[in-house]
Amino acid sequence: MESGTLETLQLIVSGLANGCVYGLIALGFALIYKAAEQVNFAQGDLMMFGAFVALGLANESHMGLPFWVACIGAIAVMAALGWLLERAVLRQVFGQPQIAVVILTIAIGFLLRFVAGIIWGHDPLTLESPIAGVNQHFGTLVLGLDELAVIAVTLALTGLLFGFFSRTRLGIAMQASSQNQLAAYYMGIPVKRIHGLTWALAGAIAAVAGILFASKGSIDPNTGLLGIKAFAAAVIGGFGSLPGALAGGLIVGLIEPFAARYVASGYSQIAPYAMLILVLLIRPRGLFAQVHAKKV
Amino acid sequence: MTGTLLQIRNLECFYGPVMAIRGVSLEVPEGRIVTVLGANGAGKTTLLKTISGVMDPAKGDILVAGASIAGRDPDRIVKKGVVHVPEGREIFPLLTVNENLAMGAYSRRDGGVDADREMIFGYFPILKERLGQTAGTLSGGQQQMLAIARGLMAGPRVMLLDEPSLGLSPLLVNDIFAILRRVNAERGVTMLLVEQNARVALEIADEGYVMELGRIVMEGPAERLQQNTDIQEFYLGAEQRGLRGERRWKRRKSWG
Repeated sequence: MESGTLETLQLIVSGLANGCVYGLIALGFALIYKAAEQVNFAQGDLMMFGAFVALGLANESHMGLPFWVACIGAIAVMAALGWLLERAVLRQVFGQPQIAVVILTIAIGFLLRFVAGIIWGHDPLTLESPIAGVNQHFGTLVLGLDELAVIAVTLALTGLLFGFFSRTRLGIAMQASSQNQLAAYYMGIPVKRIHGLTWALAGAIAAVAGILFASKGSIDPNTGLLGIKAFAAAVIGGFGSLPGALAGGLIVGLIEPFAARYVASGYSQIAPYAMLILVLLIRPRGLFAQVHAKKV
Repeated sequence: MTGTLLQIRNLECFYGPVMAIRGVSLEVPEGRIVTVLGANGAGKTTLLKTISGVMDPAKGDILVAGASIAGRDPDRIVKKGVVHVPEGREIFPLLTVNENLAMGAYSRRDGGVDADREMIFGYFPILKERLGQTAGTLSGGQQQMLAIARGLMAGPRVMLLDEPSLGLSPLLVNDIFAILRRVNAERGVTMLLVEQNARVALEIADEGYVMELGRIVMEGPAERLQQNTDIQEFYLGAEQRGLRGERRWKRRKSWG
């Protein structure tokens, strides 16, 4: 293969891998928005925290557990944290204006950053992962195993979530209570418990995103600010649409390396937001917004 | 079949500072259809929402087979056998017909769900044809049928029906009320029916109450209410020319 194509392929793969992480964070945004109509600005920080929990469990300098055990542990811890946040904090502002939730979740984000800083320090750390830094050779094409793993895990998780939402009783009940909360109450669906479970699910997904992100590079307590880019991804995809969130993440992920390579390095930071403005101008509801207009 | 299944005692309910229900008492005997008539804003929907637990009462009590359910969470009340079929259908628009029905049975753990689904297809054959269709794409009448069917999937002892005739053609209203009558007769489901369409409601009901501004102003067997001149004038639309305005005022006063 000629070097131009090779380079493009490598850019695509690394862009997709980044995009998967954005997509997973955006998925957390979309999930909570869909189920509980809450915008969780702490989703990026939950991702960061999940990465640190995994790091704390797995790294030799901390607890030194086997990598897979640490992953499962981090997912469980983050699911519990998500559930607890809903139960103890967000349920207190149930029925209050959206702005209360926004400010509350921004505050939760700050809190998570501080707590992570206190426990794990403010210097960048790397997760000791068996897939980090290993390269996979396909002829002359060299791809990072970590990037391939990120894409594969995201695909698998997406499939799993799709199955969960379309096949299981609980998944359909989550859809039902997001589509018509009052009717869900009438049918005896425990809507508040469903909100709690949705937050738990968002926490678990944040942990997966965090582990994947930390496998590709170093993390520090400010890593969670990445959530802003993921938020842009969620809006590009159509806020509240799960496939849209993933697609939005991939779009943002792909734009970045190409903007850096073909425009100028500084533009890679602006490109996602330029895309966001473009999409909002052309399709104000986002690319994958569900056609059904909500009854007020 | 003669015991009281649903009893409401001195219920009071507020929307913020507004008192929507001002001391309502009523009884629904087991196996019967009881209707609550009244104009917009009389408090009928609030009454049903309070029974199903979506709103909490300020005072008074709600008893199902003698046990209080007042102020409980809606999912506990559904488990007690009280299901609310809301005004304006309120189906889950992006779920399929089949998924909507499954959500109706969410609170159930028993094995009778599949048999009940078949039973429901007997009443609403159209739903069987549309099983995989997204519920939001059904016609208004079909959505109303789905809302009733979804309620039946909960295996209720009492169904609270809020304006099932709303926005339907007279022909469809007759169809749906005929089905409700059959469900009541064949399955023994007790019904509390809130309606503005007094004519159809009194035709299938055994007993009726008339609500105005949060109070019960009249009650009695359905046949007697049908004969009542006030009901005929205000709810059944019988024409009384000439003194109409004055009569109306006098009558209203006399109800207080």
